[in-house]
Amino acid sequence: MIEGAKWRRWVFFYIPLSAFVFTLLFPFYWMMVTAVRPDAELYRPWSAPNYAPFWTAHPTLDHITYLLQETLFSTWMLNTLFISIAATLISLFCGLLAGYALSRLKFRFAGMLGTAIFITYLVPQTLLFIPLADVVRNFHLGDTPWALILTYPTFLIPFCTWLLMGYFKAIPRELEECARIDGAARWQAMLYIIFPIAVPGILSAGIFAFTLSWNEFIYALVFLSSPAQKTVPVGVTSELIRGDVFYWGSLMAGALLGSIPVAFVYSFFVEHYVAGLTGAVKG
Amino acid sequence: MARVEIRNLNKTFDGVHAVKDVNLEINDKEFVVLVGPSGCGKTTTLRMVAGLESISSGEVLIGDKVVNELPPMDRDIAMVFQNYALYPHMNVYDNMAFGLKMRRFGRAEIDARVKAAAEILGIQAQLQRKPRQLSGGQRQRVALGRAIVRHPKVFLFDEPLSNLDAKLRVQMRVEIKKIHARLGTTAIYVTHDQVEAMTLGDRVVVMRDGVVQQVGEPLELYNAPANRFVAGFIGSPAMNFATVTIAADADGLLWANNEGIHIKLPAEVAGRLRKHVGESVTLGIRPEDLRAAASSDAADLAVDVIVEVVEKLGSEILLDVKVGPSTMVAAVEPTVRAKVHDQLRLALNPDRLYFFDGASQAAI
Repeated sequence: MIEGAKWRRWVFFYIPLSAFVFTLLFPFYWMMVTAVRPDAELYRPWSAPNYAPFWTAHPTLDHITYLLQETLFSTWMLNTLFISIAATLISLFCGLLAGYALSRLKFRFAGMLGTAIFITYLVPQTLLFIPLADVVRNFHLGDTPWALILTYPTFLIPFCTWLLMGYFKAIPRELEECARIDGAARWQAMLYIIFPIAVPGILSAGIFAFTLSWNEFIYALVFLSSPAQKTVPVGVTSELIRGDVFYWGSLMAGALLGSIPVAFVYSFFVEHYVAGLTGAVKG
Repeated sequence: MARVEIRNLNKTFDGVHAVKDVNLEINDKEFVVLVGPSGCGKTTTLRMVAGLESISSGEVLIGDKVVNELPPMDRDIAMVFQNYALYPHMNVYDNMAFGLKMRRFGRAEIDARVKAAAEILGIQAQLQRKPRQLSGGQRQRVALGRAIVRHPKVFLFDEPLSNLDAKLRVQMRVEIKKIHARLGTTAIYVTHDQVEAMTLGDRVVVMRDGVVQQVGEPLELYNAPANRFVAGFIGSPAMNFATVTIAADADGLLWANNEGIHIKLPAEVAGRLRKHVGESVTLGIRPEDLRAAASSDAADLAVDVIVEVVEKLGSEILLDVKVGPSTMVAAVEPTVRAKVHDQLRLALNPDRLYFFDGASQAAI
C-alpha cells in the first residue's frame, strides 16, 4: 500500500490500477456488446445521427441462436474440449515424469537434456507446423482430432516439464529420502509424497496446458479441413468470415461462448495456480 | 537390534575426497555420535550407512550383512532429519503410519504401534493435526515417533536438534537419551555440537576433513585427546594453546618457555617430553585447570597475566587474559575479584598439562 497523502494514493495506485483494469476488460466488454447488438446497429455508419458504439438499446440473442442452430458451433466446442483435455493429460503425464527425473535423478547429460527440452519450446510454432504437417500426412492423421492431440504436446510437454521441474526442486529432498528409508521404493515416494505435495504445481501446469490447447490456432488451421472436425478458434473464424464479409455478431458470440470454459477453469482453481506459480511449499 | 560395521569407507564427490578410510565398529545397542565441524564428512558417512549416498569404496555392514548395494528401504533403518522432513500433506498419525503401511502391516498393528509411540513422546493430542500446525518441538517429536514405530535395527540421526531453540534442545536431548535407554536400539547420531556429543554418546567419533581423529568414550576424549584438534574441539570453553620451547636446565629439569610462560614441567610430563628438548611444541591447558594463584603456589607452575575481559556466569567467572603475546581463557572461582587491566597470577594444574607435537599436532 502506498503511504502518505491521499493524492499520492490516487496518483500512484488507484488511477494506474483503474487504467490497467479498463484496458484489460474493455475488449471483453466490446465482445459482449457486439454479441447482443442487432445487425441494424452493427452496420450503421459512424456518421449516422443515432450512432452509439458503446452500448445498445435493443439487445438481441439472434447471433447466439444463429451460432448454435445454423453453424457447427456445438460440434466445435466438443472437438476443442476433447482435444484440449486429451492433449493436456498426455502432456501432464510426460511432464510429470520428465520434470521429476530432471530435478531429482542424477544421470549423465541430465542438465543438457533439460536445456534441450527447453530449446524445443523456443522453436516457434509458425516454423514447426511445416515439418509437422509432413509428419501428420505420413501417419494419415490429417483432418482427425489426433492430428492435434499428438502435435500439441510438442509445445505443451516442454512447458509442463519446466514448470514442474522448478516446482519439484522447491520440495525438500529430505522428504523423499525419508520416505525411501521408511520403506517406499522411488516410484512410491514419488507417487505418495512428491506428487501430492506438488498438487498446486500440477494444477497450474494443467490449467496452462489446457488454455494453450484451447486457444491454439495455427496447427488447428493447418491440420484440420472439414468443418465438422474444426476447433472453436478455427471454426469461428473460417465459417463466420466469408470472403470479406464479417459476421461480427456471431463472431463475437462465438468468442464469448468459447472463452467461458477457460474462464470457468481459471476461476475454479485460482488459489491453486497462484500458489503453483509463486512456488510456495510449506513443510 | 544389530551391530553396524564400517570398513575402509570412502566417498568422492566430483573429485573431492569427502570421507577417507573410515573404520568403525558400532556394537548392538550402542549410541555412537559422529561429531566434527561442518564439512568434515560426518553427514556423508551417515548417509552412506542409510543408503542415500553411493559408496565410492569400502563396506558398510548392518547386522553382519554387507548392505552396500541395498536400497534404503531394505536396510531396516530409520532416520531423523534436521528439518524433520515431515510429510506436509499428512496428519501426524499418517506421518507415523506411512512406514508401516509401506511395509504392509495390518491396520490393528499400525494403530497399536502409532499409539504406543505417541504415548512415549507425549503427542497423543496432536495425532490429527497437520505438521504446519505444530511447534518445532512437537515436529521433532513426530519425526522421532516416525522412527520409533518401525522398530528398526538402527536409528540414524542427522543433526536432529539443530533447528530447535537452546532450551528445547536440552530438553529433547534428555528425551532422546531416555528413549534410547528404553528401546535399546543401536543409534548413530551426527552433530556439530560437542556438548550433544558428550552427553548423548556411549562413544564419540571426532572427524575432521573426512578423517576420523579419535574414537572413544566422552571422558576419554576429554581427558586424553589424541591430537590438538580433538583437544580444541571437545570441551567448552575450548582448551588454551600456546607455542612453547622445551628447554633443559643444569639440573636436568625441563622447562616450557615462551615470552609469557616460564613453567617447570612435573616429572611425569618431563619423561614424555625428554626427546623434544630444544623443539617447539604446543602446550594445551583447559580453562578449568587454571585458577587464581594463592601465595602458597609455586611460582614455577604459574603464569602472570593481564585481564582483558571478565565474564561472570554465576557458577564461575571466565577471564580472558593476555599471557605474553597470546590470549587464554581461565574459568576461575566466582569469589575471585578481578577487573579489566588487573595483573593476576594464575596457577596451572600440574596433572593436566597437554603437549602436542609441533609438526604432527599429535599428543605427546
